[in-house]
Amino acid sequence: MRRAAFGVTGADVDRVGGGVEAWIDDALSPGADPGVDATPQPTFAAIPAVAANATQAQRQARNQAVNAQGDQLTLWWVTRMLAAHRPVVERLTFAWHNHWATSLTKVREADLMLLQNQLLRRQGLGSFTTLAKQMILDPALLIWLDAEKNTKAAPNENLARELMELFTLGVGGGYTEDDVKQSARALTGWRVAASGAVTNDAKRTDPGPETVLGVTDHFTPLTLLDTILADPSHPRYLATRWWHQLSSDDAPPDDLVTRLAASYVVGRDSTALIKAILVDPAFASAAGTLMTSPVEWVVGSMRTLAVPVTAANVQAGLAVLRRLGQVPFYPPNVSGWPSGASWSSSAAASTRAAAATKFASLGDISEVSNASATSRIDSVAHLLALDHFSDRTLTALALAKGNPAQLVATALISPDYLVV
Amino acid sequence: MNALYNPRLPLDGLTRRNFLRASGVVGATALLAGTAGCTWNDVTRAASQNPLPAGTPILVLVTMYGGNDWLNTVIPAADPAYHDARPGMSYAHDEVLALDSVSGLNPGLKNMSSLWSSKKLGIMRGVGYPNPDRSHFRSMDIWQTASPSSPLNTGWLGRWLDHASDQEPLLGLNIGPVLPVLAVGAQRTFAALSVKEPVTEPLSAVMAALGTPNSADTEAQRIVASSYAAVGRVRDDVVTHMSQVSLPDQVTDDGSLKSQLLTVAACIKLGAPTRCYTVSMGGFDTHAGEKATQQLLLTTVDTAITEFRKAMTDSPRASDVVLVAYSEFGRRVMANASEGTDHGTAGDVLIVSDRVKAGFHGDQPSLTDLDQGDLKASQDFRSLYAELLTSVLGADPTAVIGTGITASQVLV
Repeated sequence: MRRAAFGVTGADVDRVGGGVEAWIDDALSPGADPGVDATPQPTFAAIPAVAANATQAQRQARNQAVNAQGDQLTLWWVTRMLAAHRPVVERLTFAWHNHWATSLTKVREADLMLLQNQLLRRQGLGSFTTLAKQMILDPALLIWLDAEKNTKAAPNENLARELMELFTLGVGGGYTEDDVKQSARALTGWRVAASGAVTNDAKRTDPGPETVLGVTDHFTPLTLLDTILADPSHPRYLATRWWHQLSSDDAPPDDLVTRLAASYVVGRDSTALIKAILVDPAFASAAGTLMTSPVEWVVGSMRTLAVPVTAANVQAGLAVLRRLGQVPFYPPNVSGWPSGASWSSSAAASTRAAAATKFASLGDISEVSNASATSRIDSVAHLLALDHFSDRTLTALALAKGNPAQLVATALISPDYLVV
Repeated sequence: MNALYNPRLPLDGLTRRNFLRASGVVGATALLAGTAGCTWNDVTRAASQNPLPAGTPILVLVTMYGGNDWLNTVIPAADPAYHDARPGMSYAHDEVLALDSVSGLNPGLKNMSSLWSSKKLGIMRGVGYPNPDRSHFRSMDIWQTASPSSPLNTGWLGRWLDHASDQEPLLGLNIGPVLPVLAVGAQRTFAALSVKEPVTEPLSAVMAALGTPNSADTEAQRIVASSYAAVGRVRDDVVTHMSQVSLPDQVTDDGSLKSQLLTVAACIKLGAPTRCYTVSMGGFDTHAGEKATQQLLLTTVDTAITEFRKAMTDSPRASDVVLVAYSEFGRRVMANASEGTDHGTAGDVLIVSDRVKAGFHGDQPSLTDLDQGDLKASQDFRSLYAELLTSVLGADPTAVIGTGITASQVLV
């Protein structure tokens, strides 16, 4: 549960009566969510483009307005992650954001990033084919990978290459350099209007035919995806990447990938893949091999301690994310955020210690404060849904025993909590 | 803005490691494990206890992430084929900073042009490897592991450390907390220097306790624990080395190439026992609107190298330094329709040093005799590595990069 959701408490675990599968089915099923209702997505007023002869001050003013909308968007998503009653949806949407990593630094327009976020949230469960076919014409992705400038006169290969390398097949996924070039031709002619509308310009579109992965056709982006997703590399790649997103920094063995890919490929169904990962015996035995990312740790800690979702507290959480180097909507590059040991620098360790102290002071730790001196450490384990602490962490906790807030902060930064 | 690659984060995260694993490399978990974090105080202490002997050659390696467009860096401006291939984004012959009758430097590289005139700049041309791979991640892996044919999980400088007899922990030093694969060996890794780290924190005793080893740890837990051990060292340093030399004020932790190189200059001047420094910059993936963006990036590189040399002027070690800048590939000869260029193959390598044989090394590949639209490499990057290993790092290149590679003879 700790690996699949954002912030689980012992009380949550206690409530799971029907077993893990039932919990997953419930977590993934649609349903009313007062936390979502309380955090409606922002609406963004259009910011008119500046005239060609605009002054420096006018350009700066527009830039500031654009940046302010980006800040508002980021703040909204962190708020939603903290407030949602079904955090699994947000956790998976964030994982898809990491998969199709697109950054505001280049896209600039918050409303386009919000559109992409809605798409990932709406289509993150169910058919991957549908998700991919909508993403391939998503205005933010097209801007991010220069696809709106890809024309038959001189194809721009950026989108075609990353589509195969990062989004569907993976490096070594059996495609060739020529497949990339031919796919780039199949993706020519698309433009993003100032309104965000995506349109096709026949004059800029290569009519084909192209040959991709051995199939010759007058490809459109949608038929191109049919060919790419039919490639045997695709289910194995998606299974491997999602195993890393949900379960472990360690490589999945071949037979596990085969199993997961088989569950997925039936309907190219992301829900089936995610469930297959969560219920596979290998998932349980991979416990303790996934380093939580800063977003998972900050949101998870704040939710677990029931830190009130106020503007000031959300800002405090976002400030920690900035220092730790993971801000939603700003992945460092198209391959997404780093993982594992990259998050474990000594500078990050100090930042986490300060943040954990702050979260413990803002949150509800009464379960620990009210516990008797002898059961205090057990109460921390229960609060954070940990089944045990290592001897090392117990030594550290003993140093903080007299101070409940420090005790909770210590547990939050322990390897036992940071590695799931 | 084309900065798809964050200069502060080498491409060593999820994607590269997972792809290595996906391609069947066993043991890749070790790549980032055991990163030896160190602080400025570790450097000052090492410099006083074990200073680098005067006159020891020092390598400073600059990695340019994203695939620099070398054809718009060292520009064959008198070649009509260059202008034909790049309408709207080529530099006219009178715009470039002339190197010879055909070629000139990008106007952003003003100081490099002076270095050329004063015979301190060498340029290797057409550098690549057989069967070029146009993926950022694979091609950078190939350059960093020095293994074009099959994936490896150690970097060439990491293997240099593995074979070095000098056991000094700071022999190789990466500026920044995250190690690129080139700095990771099978037994040893570069130390990773974080400057201006926070030195006081709540929970310090607790963090020291969390930093102790525990035999039951998983690999991931061990890595987290070691990050706390490093914080513990920082605190000890503050207590025992209060009066140590401090870093120059203009050095910040902003991750810029200038800050990284000024940190290197400060380490070298202090006598740090380091023979190889690694620094990096990102943002060179210029698929669209390239001309202005790349000129700005090259100006940043030019300024950073100038500031580095300026900081070194009063040091007798200035002439020991060999600075080398490379990228994972050059870009396509033909521009795309977005006034940018797609991923290509061979490129140049810049070498700045009092010890370089100034001038061009190797031939600029033809702009018309191409391989699928890309330049044909005229020399292998491993010949440069052989030269650096032999002539700067005092090592036997065959142990590090294998046999059959002739050193490129670019240094005096």
